[in-house]
Amino acid sequence: MTERIVIIGAGQAGAQAAASLRQEGFAGAVALIGAEAHPPYQRPPLSKAYLQGALARDRLWLRPAAFYEKENIALRLGARVARIDRAARRVALDTGEALAYDRLLIATGAPPRRLACPGADLAGVAYLRGIDDSDALRPLLAGARRLVVVGAGYIGLEVAAVARKAGLAVTAVEAAERALKRVAGPPVSAWFEALHRAHGVELRFGETVAAFEGRGRVEAAVLASGEAIACDAVLVAIGAAPETGLAAAAGLPVDDGIVVDETARTEDPAVWAAGDCANFPSPLYGRRMRLESVPNAIEQAKAAAANMAGRRTVYDAVPWFWSDQYDAKLQTAGIGAGADEIVERGAPGAKARAAWYLREGRLIAVDALNDIPAFAVGKRLIAAKARPSPKTLADPDADLKSLLT
Amino acid sequence: MPKITFIENDGTEHVVEAEVGLSVMEAAVRNMVPGIDADCGGACACATCHVYVDEAWRDKTGKPEAMEESMLDFAYEPKENSRLSCQITVSEALDGLVVRLPEFQG
Repeated sequence: MTERIVIIGAGQAGAQAAASLRQEGFAGAVALIGAEAHPPYQRPPLSKAYLQGALARDRLWLRPAAFYEKENIALRLGARVARIDRAARRVALDTGEALAYDRLLIATGAPPRRLACPGADLAGVAYLRGIDDSDALRPLLAGARRLVVVGAGYIGLEVAAVARKAGLAVTAVEAAERALKRVAGPPVSAWFEALHRAHGVELRFGETVAAFEGRGRVEAAVLASGEAIACDAVLVAIGAAPETGLAAAAGLPVDDGIVVDETARTEDPAVWAAGDCANFPSPLYGRRMRLESVPNAIEQAKAAAANMAGRRTVYDAVPWFWSDQYDAKLQTAGIGAGADEIVERGAPGAKARAAWYLREGRLIAVDALNDIPAFAVGKRLIAAKARPSPKTLADPDADLKSLLT
Repeated sequence: MPKITFIENDGTEHVVEAEVGLSVMEAAVRNMVPGIDADCGGACACATCHVYVDEAWRDKTGKPEAMEESMLDFAYEPKENSRLSCQITVSEALDGLVVRLPEFQG
């Protein structure tokens, strides 16, 4: 009988897994189930070029429609999964239809955390995850004069940059004491705070929003301190939480994500998980982690697909990330959490800067601002668990390539 | 529409019709040319859409900008005629363009 693989989630990880299963030579049935009506697409431009109107919608599609036909991938769009029945190896859609599987991949991603304060449901308070969100945010920004961004992470800052370019007054309210705290070290936060201030963004740290006020539409964000910031648009960008409901209801272990092993498999030998929703053991770092990033989704999905097709593959890629804000490009390799030393490269105010994160002498991450050699060399050194000389790392005139030999 | 020829490392040729205004990378992805991964989707952040531009076309495709040149420096087997295909915009002037793919991306 034909083997059947079902993939829940048609985002970057799900779509990659479907394509990779065919590349691995899997000849059985593949069903790719997406809750959204859109074919698999890129999310990063939704807070950048697409939001600005500089990129047409059809340029977001990861692959042409003909690809799914040619590869015989059954794309089920606008379909919601109601539950996973592991005993019967069936996925039930909310329409009542059931899809049988021999192997299942869960790639449900990580939707934005919601703010539960009074007024959070007022018109003009927006979130950003999908195409529809970006399509709703664009006219909201076009009709607004003052934007409050709640959360100074990647998405909050990227949208702040787009809004400033469009001429809106922008205030970013962040609960932590610095920008990008969850993903970057203090020097990097300082670079981006300076960048945004130079472009006229007002940054408020150590502040939380207690309520939104307005008659039908948002007119002010009220901080916990009592101060009200007048606004006519709000973007809430306070991080994402893994979508684990289906897995948990099916009795699969969940702990900040769906718990998988180094082959992306859950404790059920017929079920895998990949991408933003998966909590995996990193051989490189010797601990569990969950990442929200396109490269992680792609690489972990490739590993999951290989394993599902019967070729044992351990997922051990160096994590990496990028962000574009104004004319600045940030590229990050590795995970800097747990560093005991941060070495900076580049003079204060220089266009190209890097921050190297070391732990007991070993390079564990690099944040590179307009500094591609630092990113590219750093990524290789991290993979090699190298212990480069901090003196060389700090020297902007050093030939970083010399560290690779 | 301008025609672009992609030649895989094993010699397999793919002649595609490319929409003006898209990048050469997008033309490859839309026409299912294997070997152009484009993990970052065209953000000049990953070097997985690396191509070698046929010598006859190097003037018309132009030179890489500084960021792209730096990315190429760390691509798999960069050469003088290396480009990131996400940074070349399709135009009528590129009708007939020939690019070759490296053995690996990244």
